[in-house]
Amino acid sequence: MPWGEFKNIVAERRLFQRRTVVMLLLVVVMLGLLVARMYQLQVVEHDIYTTLSDKNRVQVQSVAPPRGLVYDRNDVLLAENRPVFSVTLVPERVGDMEQTLAKLQGILSISEEDMERFDRRLLEPRRPFQELPLRYDLNEQEIARLAVHRHELPGVEVSAELVRYYPHSELTAHALGYVGRINRQELQQIDPVNYAGTNYIGKSGVERFYEQLLHGRVGYQHVETNARGRTLRVLERENPVPGEDIRLHMDLRLQRLAHELLDGRRGAIIAVEPSTGGLLALASVPGFDANLFVTGIGVEAYRELSTSVDKPLFNRALRGQYPPGSTLKPMLAVAALDSGAVTRDKTIWDPGYFRLTPGGRPWRDWKRSGHGWVDLTAAVAESCDIYFYEAAVAMGVDTMHQYLAEFGFGEDATLDVAGALPGLLPSRDWKRAVHNEPWYPGDSVNLGIGQGFMLATPLQLATATSVIANRGNWAEPRLLKAVLGDRSIDDVLPTGSHQSIELENPDDWEFVVETMAEVMHGSKGTARGAARGAPYRMAGKTGTAQVFSLAEDEEYDEEEIRERLRDHALFVGFAPVDDPQIAVAVIVENGGSGSGTAAPVARAMFDAWLLGFPKEGEALVVGSSGEASN
Amino acid sequence: MPAGSLLNRSARHPLSGPRGIWSALHIDPILLLLLLALIAGGLVVLYSGADRNMAVVKAQGVRMGVALVVMFVFAQLDPAVFRRWSPWLFAVGVASLVAVILVGVGAKGAQRWLAIPGLPRFQPSELMKLVVPMMAAWYLSRHYLPPRFRHVAVALLIALVPMALIILQPDLGTSLLVGSAGIFVVFFAGISWRLIGAFFGMVSVAAPLMWFFVMRDYQKQRVLTLLDPQSDPLGAGWNIIQSKTAIGSGGMDGKGWLQGTQSHLEFLPESHTDFIVAVLAEEFGFVGILILLALYLLIILRCLYIAAIAQDSFSRLLAGALTMTFFIYVFVNVGMVSGLLPVVGVPLPLVSYGGTSVVTLMAAFGVLMSVHTHRRMISA
Repeated sequence: MPWGEFKNIVAERRLFQRRTVVMLLLVVVMLGLLVARMYQLQVVEHDIYTTLSDKNRVQVQSVAPPRGLVYDRNDVLLAENRPVFSVTLVPERVGDMEQTLAKLQGILSISEEDMERFDRRLLEPRRPFQELPLRYDLNEQEIARLAVHRHELPGVEVSAELVRYYPHSELTAHALGYVGRINRQELQQIDPVNYAGTNYIGKSGVERFYEQLLHGRVGYQHVETNARGRTLRVLERENPVPGEDIRLHMDLRLQRLAHELLDGRRGAIIAVEPSTGGLLALASVPGFDANLFVTGIGVEAYRELSTSVDKPLFNRALRGQYPPGSTLKPMLAVAALDSGAVTRDKTIWDPGYFRLTPGGRPWRDWKRSGHGWVDLTAAVAESCDIYFYEAAVAMGVDTMHQYLAEFGFGEDATLDVAGALPGLLPSRDWKRAVHNEPWYPGDSVNLGIGQGFMLATPLQLATATSVIANRGNWAEPRLLKAVLGDRSIDDVLPTGSHQSIELENPDDWEFVVETMAEVMHGSKGTARGAARGAPYRMAGKTGTAQVFSLAEDEEYDEEEIRERLRDHALFVGFAPVDDPQIAVAVIVENGGSGSGTAAPVARAMFDAWLLGFPKEGEALVVGSSGEASN
Repeated sequence: MPAGSLLNRSARHPLSGPRGIWSALHIDPILLLLLLALIAGGLVVLYSGADRNMAVVKAQGVRMGVALVVMFVFAQLDPAVFRRWSPWLFAVGVASLVAVILVGVGAKGAQRWLAIPGLPRFQPSELMKLVVPMMAAWYLSRHYLPPRFRHVAVALLIALVPMALIILQPDLGTSLLVGSAGIFVVFFAGISWRLIGAFFGMVSVAAPLMWFFVMRDYQKQRVLTLLDPQSDPLGAGWNIIQSKTAIGSGGMDGKGWLQGTQSHLEFLPESHTDFIVAVLAEEFGFVGILILLALYLLIILRCLYIAAIAQDSFSRLLAGALTMTFFIYVFVNVGMVSGLLPVVGVPLPLVSYGGTSVVTLMAAFGVLMSVHTHRRMISA
């Protein structure tokens, strides 16, 4: 059939043209619909979408300030910041968490501990889109492997952050303390704005006390990010204010020496500069590597540290509370003289024991045969217990309490030493409150030789010794020597409130100091062995703290009891006598006698500070050869 | 007959009439000018949508050049040639659609390509966008118009068989365009309004059936997401939320060329392909959208005019259907990007990057130019 031959061509065309008009109308209406839709989005709701668009691309990021550095008095770096690469996950961006973790385990070595810690953090409250660290301290190979697999791992980032590093790890752990991850309790206490970009906070020591100073002020940047959260450019930036760098009184050489002197033993050495109260050394041995705690210590490593019989985590210098024993005698001598309980010349007969009442319980002298006739100088130099029993009874507990309190016992007298304990200075009220008993004269007798209820930390002993070295002037112990930035040290270091100890006769200071010098240099001084050959004069006092009480008449033989039940060896002292540059307190746990073990340690500290440090490789000669006296 | 005489008079206008050098080249200069304007503007937007990737713009430019050549070639052929070849092309087309299902290659879970050794890979479904309206026009123009019910049914079958085959690939977007091309032929042929009413009645019955028996999960998801994009803001809703944000944040006059944050920061997916209109809206604002839609409207007006003054039924039906198919492209794409329609893979014609669709589209414009420039001296 020929095309269209019999068709009504005109009618067909008109029909088509009518349909075309209909289609045209349809096109116009539908295009109008699109225009209306666009008008709605672009003009009517423009503001809404502008906001959405900006929210998409602009994010406010906090910029953590770099933490202030810590130097010793000679500008040796003690705490610095080191870039550490870690792999972090943003749970909001990770699609399938289990699968991602499984993949990561194929790429990196991730310990079970890492996983446990990560799972724990995943459950803890946190800011949205916060990066959760999975593993720290990636090496370069691991970073490269991650880069290769990056596209398969959305939400997984390698992030670099500055992490605290303590180059002298064990030496400074107890003095400086350390920083660690902000935990849940801390999260509630800190200023959430200032810590918005910060992951670490000072947990102990200087790091904790000067947290605010070291932390600095958070900065901000408005960044443009793409859909994958990657930062493309910084639109606006307010720089963080870095934490202040600080300088401590500590001398790392002295600190190191202290550690070496106690190496293999347990104990503490405090060295103070008497004129300033500055802590030159604050050693608790054994120490531990504080770096382990910064990024979160493993369960296994922590268990090992915390269950060790040597208690490396225990800060003996600040928190070890020991009976001060005979090291308390110089302070008691000051008290006895000033209160009139004794005079400089008062002499007593020491038969080797003391009784409060005739026929009563005997208190024994450490020297069974007794010292014979002794005056105050001999009583200190030879550490005569009987003399001090009598003086203590003569003074009574109230007087002793008053004077000992002035020396800083029973309180934390430090300005900036976080975590220092107050020890225990007993009194009538204390005994009534705690033991519900009156104060017995026998309690005073015990207190007279630093035994009984009394407890003091090595730091307190060093502080009290430093007060004697200063002839009664107080300089509270402190770590901070200077702030290296703009801030003045007066703004950050608390002011001490201790009054100088004023004596009726100020000459009594000199007298007591001389009795202490007799300990070192006298022919019968208990520590004369340790002072032998010194080109300068020093003052000191030995002491012994009993680990457990012996029955009154029981003899004991050191060899027969286990090493850990031996007495703690104590020593306090300063040098030179006339111009004290250094005061120390030494405790060697289970060291036996103060004269044989602790005094030579102090001598080595004095020598180093006054005569110069031993050269590298020079053997430390610390005799343990002193006589087995108190 | 006022409408007809108006069209006849304007048919004698020097530029639109089959005269002079344009006539010799079988090119309609007005349509060509409008198309070139659209293509040029599209390349400018594409440069931004592809994030300043000049390679993409060059590739698209080459593709456009090839498509213009194809258009030119098609324009040289007499509409009678298309008419004669229609049944054979249709047979080949349906056969290759079947072949695609049996031995086709593809990606992303869809088989759309046919790789015949010795020939370039091609997508038979694209071919059907031209062949289905040709076949339908061929069939209906053999009979008196308006068509009888029987003829309408056959014509619809001509559209529905390839449509069904394409849905099986699955490619909803293309099957929609192919199907609508056939249906537009039927409409232009003068199908009675009662039948149209009945058709829409059937659609409303068929829709639920489609939902439960034909649509794939991903297609259903697209519909659900359209209704409530916030239900899955990072998954299926992401595209719609981000493209609406891009469009809305463009405002009246846009953020400026290359300044669109949504597209350049990769929030906007498919920013140089299906969602390119959102880039235009973000960077050139409502004004840019008005200019784009105006350009499309002018092209459609010109094409409908060409259809209206075509000399025979086959040419008219074919030209009208191709024009409306082009419009459906525009409407579906802009509708889906602005969140009016579900996301179906339909590009913005002559602007979106890539694809066989550019060649097919320009071939269709070649057919229109052919219709316009091969005139017999019967009505002169």
